[in-house]
Amino acid sequence: MDIILQQLVNGLSLGSVYGLIAIGYTMVYGIIGMINFAHGDVYMVSAYVTAIAIALLSFFGIESFPVVILGTLIFTIFVTGVYGWVIERVAYRPLRGSSRLSILISAIGMSLILQNYVQISQGAKQQGVPTLLSGAIRFDVGDGFVQLTYMKLFILCASFIGMGVLTYIIQKTKLGRMCRATQQDPKMASILGIDTDKIISTVFVIGATMAALAGVLVTLDYGGFDFYVGFIIGIKAFTAAVLGGIGSLPGAMLGGIILGLSEALFAGLISSDYKDVFSFSLLVIILIFRPSGLLGKPEVEKV
Amino acid sequence: MSQAVVSINYKKSVIDAVIAGLLALIVFGPIVGIVLDGYDFNAEPERLMWIVLTVMAGRLAASVFFQTSKGAAFLYKHSSKEEGVHVLPPGHKSKLRWIIPLTIVIALLVPFIASKYILTVVILGLIYVLLGLGLNIVVGLAGLLDLGFVGFYAIGAYGLALGYEHLGLGFWSMLPISAIIAAIFGAILGFPVLRMHGDYLAIVTLGFGEIIRLVLTNWTEVTQGPNGMNAPLPTFFGMEFKRRASEGHVPFHEFFGIPYSSVYKYIFIYLVLLLVVLGVLYVKKRLTKMPIGRAWEALREDEIACRSLGLNHVLVKLSAFMIGASTGGLAGVFFATYQGFVNPSSFTFFESALILAIVVLGGMGSTLGVVIAAFVLTVAPELLREFADYRVLAFGMLMVLMMIWKPRGLVRMTRTGVEQREGNVK
Repeated sequence: MDIILQQLVNGLSLGSVYGLIAIGYTMVYGIIGMINFAHGDVYMVSAYVTAIAIALLSFFGIESFPVVILGTLIFTIFVTGVYGWVIERVAYRPLRGSSRLSILISAIGMSLILQNYVQISQGAKQQGVPTLLSGAIRFDVGDGFVQLTYMKLFILCASFIGMGVLTYIIQKTKLGRMCRATQQDPKMASILGIDTDKIISTVFVIGATMAALAGVLVTLDYGGFDFYVGFIIGIKAFTAAVLGGIGSLPGAMLGGIILGLSEALFAGLISSDYKDVFSFSLLVIILIFRPSGLLGKPEVEKV
Repeated sequence: MSQAVVSINYKKSVIDAVIAGLLALIVFGPIVGIVLDGYDFNAEPERLMWIVLTVMAGRLAASVFFQTSKGAAFLYKHSSKEEGVHVLPPGHKSKLRWIIPLTIVIALLVPFIASKYILTVVILGLIYVLLGLGLNIVVGLAGLLDLGFVGFYAIGAYGLALGYEHLGLGFWSMLPISAIIAAIFGAILGFPVLRMHGDYLAIVTLGFGEIIRLVLTNWTEVTQGPNGMNAPLPTFFGMEFKRRASEGHVPFHEFFGIPYSSVYKYIFIYLVLLLVVLGVLYVKKRLTKMPIGRAWEALREDEIACRSLGLNHVLVKLSAFMIGASTGGLAGVFFATYQGFVNPSSFTFFESALILAIVVLGGMGSTLGVVIAAFVLTVAPELLREFADYRVLAFGMLMVLMMIWKPRGLVRMTRTGVEQREGNVK
């Protein structure tokens, strides 16, 4: 019982992180219909930037937790957001209007570039950050106990705040309205005076900032990372986006949490060696039986 | 033709360059300029400065160049995207028909003149030619992006090792069996997946490739996990290429009464591989002329039109997928026997990306291009050992740039046109 509850707690925090990254996939897919293959690697870059920000702050003698965490968040989100913009500008915008295959191949190329560039500049070895927040709340359950570390609590709070802010921006502000209009009908939106290129760039930046938030949270929690972390987590976040219904913002969050929970339960109850196999199989099964996901609309092909 | 006078707005170019420099500073600043060292860091301002300056200079040059008439012409040339397949006039005779027999003769002579090292590099190149040809059928001809191609490669390689270990089968029995197993896996994966949208296919195949690798890594009772397995060498009419043969076999060198040399096995693998590659090349050439090959290409260009003309798109795609998979399986068997050993780390996603880079660089659908690209991308890293770290970076850039400038690859796919027969309605 306590194992199941503990895995549910772990799964919830893992799932909210998947949800944050899935937002980047789902928004980009919704607006230009491409799988941003390099998104996982944007997350990886943000993990490095997090560690660099913490190292820089401690170099300047700033140690107080709220300042460090706020500084790291702002720095990482800003730098990673610029990454999102630059990647779109360099690798995807010149390909606007070419076949989906070309754009996807370009994205794969971008993913290889990011991985190798980080590997060359930072070295191939595993990197890490110091533990900033330790301690936990314990609940007694039956004979055992369930532990909710402060870090997991922080992840949950921060990711829900992030998702809340994003939902507000998309639903209530003018920018969000422009995004939704472009998503529904890019041609009509541009006739009505929306600079669709700019909106597409914005969507990439939003996706990258959400990945950056996830990157900061996961890096602070796990501590270790290398240049290859983006690949697996990227596929899993994509699975989450597909599970929730690609193109749907609430779907990405829901899909992330469902994937996180089921993966944690699978790892805790059946086998942790095969948990990645489980996630990938889940992806294949969803795409076969319900490609439109939980909250997505079925895609109709038109001439 | 009068040349329009083009005035160059230098101010705009300088502003462009400064903005690019600022962006480069933000993007490269943390990652390149500050290198993590434990929880501490080392600042590397010098190489950061060089990168930022390069970006600024490049942006300035590009900005000025694109304002000149030459630059505008360059942009125009590359903005007309995705011209279709180049169709040659009917009855066109390729100049290559003289070169092909010559190449085959040279290829047959290679093992007898090359050193052992060169021979092993060439064998590796040929294995990638085989992989490239397999993926080329799937991606280039049928237009299905398969990111898990390495899965079929792994199935072939492990097919040989597992068949040898658990069933006692040798190279010659496993060569066809592995190809068939890979094709069956292709069918199992492809049948449900090929109904769906193209991009989803890419991700599902990627997941499949990873599943294969993870199962090979974790299923230690059967595959011995990360430790890997031994794979047998091929035999020549039952003769082995070892110094001392196992029970009931005669070593190759003793039978012919020649001194033992480890080169023989590579020569033999090379010759068999060459035959298989030539066979696959021939089959592929015939397939593109057959109705099924034409159906692949038609589906690639316009799926909806094909379906409304009554093509069963799932079966047509499935055939391409299975043929591609079985070619990957063949390549895997050769890889395993060439290395004498397989382990899961040879079958990562990077390998899939490399094979894709071969197809993309060579020109999707173009056989000649793929053969050249496979050799360039496998032999060049051997020659440029000191730049080995930058190999992946170069592949990535190549993929992005090719997609922007030459989405159909270096060697454009061509096909000979069809002559109208007598009696057709004019």
